[in-house]
Amino acid sequence: MEVAGLVKRYPKAPVNAVDGISFTVAAGEVFGLLGPNGAGKTTTVGMLTTRVRPTAGDARVGGVDVFADPVGARARLAVVPQRSNLDRSLSIRNNLIFHAAYHGVARAQAAARADRLLSQFGLSERGDVKPDMFSGGQSQRVMIARALMHRPQVLFLDEPSTGLDPAARLFVWDRLRELTAQGVTLILTTHDMHEAAELADRVAIMDHGRVLALDTPAGLMSALPGSSTLELSARAQERDGDGAETRRAAPIRDGDGAETSTAATPGAGPPARRALLAALGALPGVERVEPIEPPGAEGEGVRVRVYVEGQAPRLIAPAVALLAEHRMTLTGVEIGKPTLEDVFIHLTGRTLR
Amino acid sequence: MSAAATTGSVADAGVRGGQTRAFLAVLRRDLFVTWSELPVFLAQVVLQPLFLLFVFGKVLGSLGYTQNNYAQLLFPGLLALTAVITGMQTLAFPLVVEFGWTKEVEDRLLAPMATGLVAAEKVLFATLRAMVATTIMIPVGILVLGSIPWRWEGVPLLVLVLVLGSLLGAGLGLLMGTLVAPNRINIVFSLVFTPLLFTGCSQYPWPSLSRLPWFQYVTAANPMTYVSESMRAALVPSVPHIAPWICLIVLAGSLIVLMAIGVRGFYRRAID
Repeated sequence: MEVAGLVKRYPKAPVNAVDGISFTVAAGEVFGLLGPNGAGKTTTVGMLTTRVRPTAGDARVGGVDVFADPVGARARLAVVPQRSNLDRSLSIRNNLIFHAAYHGVARAQAAARADRLLSQFGLSERGDVKPDMFSGGQSQRVMIARALMHRPQVLFLDEPSTGLDPAARLFVWDRLRELTAQGVTLILTTHDMHEAAELADRVAIMDHGRVLALDTPAGLMSALPGSSTLELSARAQERDGDGAETRRAAPIRDGDGAETSTAATPGAGPPARRALLAALGALPGVERVEPIEPPGAEGEGVRVRVYVEGQAPRLIAPAVALLAEHRMTLTGVEIGKPTLEDVFIHLTGRTLR
Repeated sequence: MSAAATTGSVADAGVRGGQTRAFLAVLRRDLFVTWSELPVFLAQVVLQPLFLLFVFGKVLGSLGYTQNNYAQLLFPGLLALTAVITGMQTLAFPLVVEFGWTKEVEDRLLAPMATGLVAAEKVLFATLRAMVATTIMIPVGILVLGSIPWRWEGVPLLVLVLVLGSLLGAGLGLLMGTLVAPNRINIVFSLVFTPLLFTGCSQYPWPSLSRLPWFQYVTAANPMTYVSESMRAALVPSVPHIAPWICLIVLAGSLIVLMAIGVRGFYRRAID
């Protein structure tokens, strides 16, 4: 799959939904498009699968020009959407068999393939059932099986494990790994960094219609400063233990609940927070400090991710001491390796969701 | 499948063959589903004209509210009605549902065939279904009315109009199914369906409307009128009717316009 300079601007839209992206995916590779909702992943896949007309750019699948020869391209690709689009008037088995017929697979061959795929996907006993009764995970399995009926060279999966329970997710991942072993190219869109890191050989991180970075998951993470992370959560101390400052925070708030001055809660105000971040950044071995906006942040607490060269645990004691100096109480510590989400935060300053 | 398509005419022929195969497979799917739901299909297509025939042809006649020959005049009109309405319903409702909610059509849009062929298959299937439904009305008419107007000399025109009327219904269905937003389909259907049903001259001959000129203009704008009129020309030529050649020209023209707009609408829904 080769993509060059792909652009999509919807009529009346002020900006390009996809803004000039290029990449090449090798046969048998698993390629992930990672980004938040609205990053342009689905539009990109729509163009590559002949369902969205591009504004500019080129794309080839198995050597066939997707835009000049959509019919030839459709013979070489398959799509597994996020939401079921199974034919509700047909049984599961007939969904597979008619899909093969649309693609010109001979009837006997289609029947044999359907039986094999149904058993591989754990659906043998449910072949005669209509898809109405199926859960999201089962529909997903049927759609992957259906996609494989015409032996596509490239399989597109849109958010393959969204809405699946953990067991179903592992099952789908295992089947997808088997496919790549057979040489099928997989292109998956996801906003789930675990999925991207688990499955993809290479990941393109997308935001606002552009590819911000493209590398192996390990390569993307190694580009981050720091080899391990320390995530600290803290909140402002209540100042009633100190004889000089016996007032509690609440009484000095005004009627709206807004802080009357930054001095009232010295640990959590923006200047204090900046000072804390700077102090953390100055600790030995710290590469970088990223504030993380906790969802629904109310200004009371602080959450930071500290990227550390070497052993992160060594940093806990000095960090706690620093927090105390800034009149903050530690509420949570998490030690981790950098993830693709860290890469995304590093590139955009935002979390994925 | 010419999966490893080379170049030139060999590959072109392979792709064309593949598209024909895909087209036929999609048609086979529709026929398979209809066959497996045969009672539903029959109830769906026969019930409405059956009741119209029974009440207007049989009940009102038996009670003396209509003249005996009204049933003879009504029957060809009901053939026209069945053809147009069945063609329209077969196409419009499923299309709205498939594009709007179930997305079922996606698997066919991703089949190796031109997008226009997916639309063409829908039109062909709706036309076939409408023709079958209309043909079923002949034995139903004999059962309900005891006898139906029949002229063997009129059969060639009858068949031609049957095809055109069914196509007309399919064209109207394609237009509605692709141009109407899914959330408005209920409103549009009731706004379009009932006027179409009663201004299509299936229950009265058009020339007799000269006593009601404004309504004559209204009915002249409904292409179904020309199906009803030529059905009567085929089966009951003694009833005054619009000349068949005029009907055929109007029908051909309407079909060209409907299909052109409908297929464009289909492309718009299929490809962003």
